[in-house]
This record gives sequence, C-alpha cells and structure tokens, in this order.
Amino acid sequence: MKLIIAIIQPHRLEQVKEQLYKAEVNLITVNEVLGHGRQKGVTEVYRGFRETGNLLRKIRLEIAVNDNFVKSTIDAIIKGAQSGETGDGKIFVLPLEECIRIRTGERGGVAIG
Amino acid sequence: MKRLLTVVVLGVCLPAVVAFAQDSTVQQPVQMAMAAVAKIDSGDTSWVLISSALVMLMTPGLAFFYGGLVRRKNYLNVLMQCMIILAALSVQWVLFGYSLSFAPGNWFIGGLQWFGLNGVGLEPYPDYSATIPHQAFMIFQAMFAIITPALIIGAFAERMKFSAFLVFTLLWATFVYDPVAHWVWGIGGWLRNLGALDFAGGTVVHINAGFAALVTALVIGKRKSFETHPVPPHSLPFSVLGAGLLWFGWFGFNAGSALGANGLATNAFVVTNTAGAAAAITWALIDWKLNGNPTMLGTISGAVAGLAAITPAAGFVGVEAALIIGIVASILCFIAVSYIKQTFKYDDSLDAFGVHGISGFWGTVATGLFATKAVNPAGSNGLFFGNPKQLIIQLIAVAATIVYTFIGTWILFKLVDVFVGVRVGEKDEAMGLDLTQHNERAYTMLE
Repeated sequence: MKLIIAIIQPHRLEQVKEQLYKAEVNLITVNEVLGHGRQKGVTEVYRGFRETGNLLRKIRLEIAVNDNFVKSTIDAIIKGAQSGETGDGKIFVLPLEECIRIRTGERGGVAIG
Repeated sequence: MKRLLTVVVLGVCLPAVVAFAQDSTVQQPVQMAMAAVAKIDSGDTSWVLISSALVMLMTPGLAFFYGGLVRRKNYLNVLMQCMIILAALSVQWVLFGYSLSFAPGNWFIGGLQWFGLNGVGLEPYPDYSATIPHQAFMIFQAMFAIITPALIIGAFAERMKFSAFLVFTLLWATFVYDPVAHWVWGIGGWLRNLGALDFAGGTVVHINAGFAALVTALVIGKRKSFETHPVPPHSLPFSVLGAGLLWFGWFGFNAGSALGANGLATNAFVVTNTAGAAAAITWALIDWKLNGNPTMLGTISGAVAGLAAITPAAGFVGVEAALIIGIVASILCFIAVSYIKQTFKYDDSLDAFGVHGISGFWGTVATGLFATKAVNPAGSNGLFFGNPKQLIIQLIAVAATIVYTFIGTWILFKLVDVFVGVRVGEKDEAMGLDLTQHNERAYTMLE
C-alpha cells in the first residue's frame, strides 16, 4: 500500500479529479494549502507597502492506494495537472503501513478500495 | 481599574439625575419664547432626522472598513471599539457632551446649562437652526461626536487594552472633541467668531481625530510585526462593505449639515459624491502607475480621503473645486501612507492619520482657496475668489486644532497609560485581542 500526496494548482483540481475517476481511483482527500516552489511566491501591495515572497494557494491531495494502482494514479494526476509551466506541482509517494475502515474494522488492502 | 471605571460611570450618571430633576420647570418658558420667532419645517426636519440616521450608520461602516484591515484575531476588538463608542458617546452626549459643545458659554467651551438636555426641547433654537426642533440638531450632532473618536482607533489597532481605550475615549470626547466643536460651531466659539469655514467637520472631525491618531500611534508604539512584515488585511471585502456604508452615510454627514432640505444640501450632496469619486479614481490610477495594478484597497482609501477632504468645503464650493479637492486629497494621502509613514516608521496601523488627518488638513485649507458666495451667500469667498483673508483664517483654524488636539491627546493618553496602561502584554498581543480582551472569536475553525 502507498500513500500518494500531490500538490497541484487549484484550478487544475477538476481535471485531476476527472482523470482519477477515469482510472477508477475514487478515494481522495483534498486540502487547501499555502506554499511555493520555484515560482518564489507572489508580491502583494497594500497602500504602497510591498510584500514579496507571499505563499501561493495550492491544493494538496491525499490518496491511499494498493500497489497495483500506484502507476495509474500517478499518471492520472500528471495528465490532469500538467501544463508544462513552473508551478504545476509535485507528487510524493510514501509507504503506507496500515489502513483501517472504521465502519467495519477491516484492515489492509481490502479497506482501501 | 475597576475603581476607575466606577468613578467614570458615576461621574457620568450622577449629574444627569440632578439635571433631570430640574428639567420640567425651566424648559417650558424657553420653548414658548422661541416658538414666536421660529417655525418648524417638516421637510427640513425629516431631512435632518434621516441624515442623523445616515451618519449613525457610518460608525458600524467604519467598523467594517477598519475591521477588514486587521488580522482575524483582532477583528471583533475593532468592531467592539466602534460599537461601544456608539453606545457610550450617545449617553455622554445627551448628558453633558452636547452642552459642553453647543450651549452658550465662553470662547473656549460651552456652558453646562444644557446638562441632561435641560432646555433642549422640541422647538427650534434659531441660533443653530430656525426650522428644525432643537433636539433634531442635537441628535444630528451626536452622530458626529460618535464617529470622531471612532476614527482614532485605526492608529492603535491590534495592541490597545480595551479598558484603557474606553477611558481614553470618554476623556478625549469630553476634553478634546467638545471644546473644538465649540470653537468652530458653538455660539461664542472663537473660530466661529473669527469666520472660519468648516461646513461639516474638516477641523472638528478629521484634523482633530487624525492628529490625535498620530499621537496615540507614537505613544503606544509599534506592533510587534510592524518592522518585520506588513500585516495583510484579513478580509478586504469587509473593508469594501464598510467603505460603501461610509460613502452612503457621508451624504447625511455633509448634505445634512445644511440643516435643511434645500439647494445648499443638494450642492453638498453633489460635491461630496464628486470629490469621493474623483479621489477613488485618482488613487487607483496612482496604484496602477506605481505598483503595476489598480488595487481595491487603494480605491476605497481614495474614496474615503476624497470624502473627508470635501467635508469642510461641501457647503461652500462648486463641483469643479470638488474635483480638484478630491484628486489632490488622494495624491497627498497616498504620499502620507506610502512614503511618510515608511520613512518615519510610526505604526499608524490603519492610516487614521494618513487618510483623515491629511485630507482634513487639505480640505480645510482648500475651503480657504475655493469657497465662493455664489454657492453659499452666508459663507465667504476664498483666495481664488478674491479674498486671501479667508485662507489665513482657515490656516489659523487648522493650526489651532492641530496644536490643541496634539497636546490634549498626548496628555490624556499619557494619563491613561500611567493609571491603566494603554498596551496589552506581549503574549496577549500575539494571541490576539478578540480572545484576550473579549473571550470571543470572529471565526470558528471547526464546526
């Protein structure tokens, strides 16, 4: 089992979701987060006070998958979120020790899907 | 602290009871004498009452304007300061504030004969307004006395102890606002006798509050984060809502100051809207030119600057002058908040001085330049209409107000600091004033 964490552009969320549904990945948790990578943030100006390096709004996805779904999930995220410009985001893949469905108490791979 | 508050409350309430006891005997003959010379006009009365309600709405409007600009941990504190001023000064005004400002007295301050509205009845008082009930004039003026100290809170936002704020506000209203209002508008006031023109409060409201704000910002010191990073507004849409309410209320403020439903009120209405609009566009254009994009905050800051600047002039100038007054107001205020504040590093947090002090200053001087009897025969001509003397008088009014409010505010604020302490502790400032001063939160994080 893996935990896939992806940081994407907010306006790409709909496309990423669409690609994930096509790949039959239906479990997803979404957070609104702040951060920046190579773009180095944005400049904001308030009554002439200029503040550089402000954090940008991003979307953070968390998807837990069984190993046979890792590749298709990554491909779906890339397909939905890639524009080729700086700021498209990142995907992190982490080993997942355990997964438990609260309703039934099932554990492991069956609890994910 | 508790003892101090008790003293303040008792001091406010006791004399009222005494005044109430005397009330019924004196009022009757005074009213009957006046009825002989003045007649109530229903149009004038309804316009002044509506205007009073419009000006009342400006204080909650200001609360949103300022509240949107602070961090969300201090939002309620700003709203609370405005709403408590609305309540506390309404009471102060009917008890003795109106009397100190407007009762016949000496050159400096009004008498106490109108304590608890003793003798302030429902017949006109022709020295102020011959066609509306005296109490209508009184309640209209009450709204000015309320919003003026509320303007000051922008300077010490996000770091002032609430108890200290409350004591300071009552003292300031009594010992700074009331005398200055008497000088300019009260019978016997020395600036009124000198011929100073201030239609709706360039000196009394905007210079007075603006320079008081500067003093409080200097005495209380900078917020912890001021030097390291500027504080971004937590909700500009709230500030825009507030600015909209201010603009709306300003028609009562300025056009209501004609004290009648007439041509002069219409002139004031038109020039008020024109100056606010010209100033809003000007600030947006300056932003566009200097910072790459027009900003929402800049646009509403400009509107408020223009509206404040036209305030003393609204009943004396025409629409061309209003355009110039608005445009120049934005340029001057932009310089004040973007350059002067950054150069001298004082933390006038929400630019109470930079917007109201500067535009009140400019507007009062501009009245001495652009005033014309063609607009208001009861007024005077300014420099550009052949009367340089009026400009001198305006400059005297400006200087006197600045000196008095600077010294008076400094003394009162220092006194409150010694007895109560004006600033919250470092930890409270970090946690935010909503939680530490009110045990409340503006926004919940979880359901």
